[in-house]
Amino acid sequence: MSTGLELQDVTIQFGGLKAVSDLGFHVAPGELVGLIGPNGAGKTTVFNLITGVYTPTAGRIHFEGKPVPGRKPHEITRMGIARTFQNIRLFSSLSVFDNVRAAMMMHLKHGILHSLTRGPAFQEEEQSMEARALELLDIFGLADARDQDAKSLNYGDQRRLEIVRALATQPKLLLLDEPAAGMNPAEKDDLMKLIRFIKDRYQLAVLLVEHDMKVVMGICERIAVIEYGVKIAEGTPKEIQCHPKVIEAYLGVSAE
Amino acid sequence: MEQFLQQLLNGLFQGSIYALIALGYTMVYGVLRFINFAHGDVFMLGAFTALGLHKAFGPALASMPWPVSLILILLASMAICGALGIIIELLAYRPLRNRPRLNVLITAIGVSLFIEYTAQLFFGATQRPFPELIPRTPVASTGGLTISVAQVIVLATTITLLIGLRIVVMKTRMGLAMRALSLNPTASTLMGVNNSVVISFTFGLGSALAAAGGILYASLYPSIEPFMGIQPGLKAFVAAVLGGIGNIPGAALGGLIIGITETLVKGYGQHFGIPSGYSEAVAFVILILILVFKPSGILGKTEREKV
Repeated sequence: MSTGLELQDVTIQFGGLKAVSDLGFHVAPGELVGLIGPNGAGKTTVFNLITGVYTPTAGRIHFEGKPVPGRKPHEITRMGIARTFQNIRLFSSLSVFDNVRAAMMMHLKHGILHSLTRGPAFQEEEQSMEARALELLDIFGLADARDQDAKSLNYGDQRRLEIVRALATQPKLLLLDEPAAGMNPAEKDDLMKLIRFIKDRYQLAVLLVEHDMKVVMGICERIAVIEYGVKIAEGTPKEIQCHPKVIEAYLGVSAE
Repeated sequence: MEQFLQQLLNGLFQGSIYALIALGYTMVYGVLRFINFAHGDVFMLGAFTALGLHKAFGPALASMPWPVSLILILLASMAICGALGIIIELLAYRPLRNRPRLNVLITAIGVSLFIEYTAQLFFGATQRPFPELIPRTPVASTGGLTISVAQVIVLATTITLLIGLRIVVMKTRMGLAMRALSLNPTASTLMGVNNSVVISFTFGLGSALAAAGGILYASLYPSIEPFMGIQPGLKAFVAAVLGGIGNIPGAALGGLIIGITETLVKGYGQHFGIPSGYSEAVAFVILILILVFKPSGILGKTEREKV
């Protein structure tokens, strides 16, 4: 039985439109896979399928051998899949720190119902949670901003906070939806380093949707290309770059 | 001057009860983005639950000093009505979670009517005297001001509950989950928050506060009937909108404003050509004015949609 994430013949239909069609790919534990395709190819839809926001019309999605569809999004998060959003969805008027804490609560022994009994065990847990949140914020250079409202951060920091928040759920698989969007070249370079760093530090598998080819080609070990919801190619960055179908559908568009 | 202060105080007592009810509207709106029109009826059920408990455990309660029996009845009624609120959400609103919001809104009106007429079936349509849980004797009449024990207790209870709610929302993990959910339900569920549990908790908490409001209200105006929740419920709804729907301090502030304005109009309206009978209309005039001039309410924030 395979571990990691496995999609087989996944299809989702909205009315007459097949947004994703017979899609299959695999992300092994610890692997960094890119998912690319032109605008509207269905990349975010794939994320929504994996995280339980949508249920596939047909096909199978397994994570660590267990079926994913049919579970609620919060249950899937508890299985170890976390994500960021293409259009930032932070808890805008919560502090940076509370954004991270909100994503940690499900792993606490003292669940959200038992927090009124503030015994020593609770305090200890609270402290270790705080330490972990600070470590994550520190890695992403956000520790100084911990008490600011999330909405007051600049765009790049909001994107970084999205990643921190996703990591706070202690995932085994991290889905990044255009993490480099809106970042300048220097920020993008930092981001690539950070993604590599957290992947090793927390032994993550990463599935990356990204438009910036420099980022995708720079860090992905394997890339799947979709167009109109159909996978048209899969391979190493080198293979993808000279794949005729990809050039036609995607890279050919940008005249470089 | 004394009369003015007296009116102001009366308005404060009245308003603090509106505030308690308004909190339920605003919290439910915060997590589910709809107005639970059955909320005023939970307020009514709070008063009837207290009446029932008082009847059932009369002799035992009579042997205790009144503050103890009051606290027991208050807590028990809050727990019972809180559970009721959770059940209402579970049976009536949860099945419609992913339906258009209008469906839920209309269902809420249906639930409200259902509770009112079911209550009428069981309790009858006539007014019933509410037991004297709090002595109605005046506690002080200094400087021409009269304040009853009941009024003091109403205010003290309201303040205690408001502080308690503030702690729950700002300091506990459940409160953090509530705030996260109200800001972005999709993100909160994808960060592992079980939204259904949080929504149930919110309904329970709001309903418990409404029940407390019902008991306090009945202590000030000690005659209760199945439709007693409609007017205070509507005014509390206006209070919640006035303060900024979804905003907890706003709801408390809105409640006070409505209560005080209403009492002042009752007391002084006739000097300005507004008969005291029209005081009931004040809340709704205020509602119209807010909707025209500041639709987001006093403390509400206008959220800009991202395009």
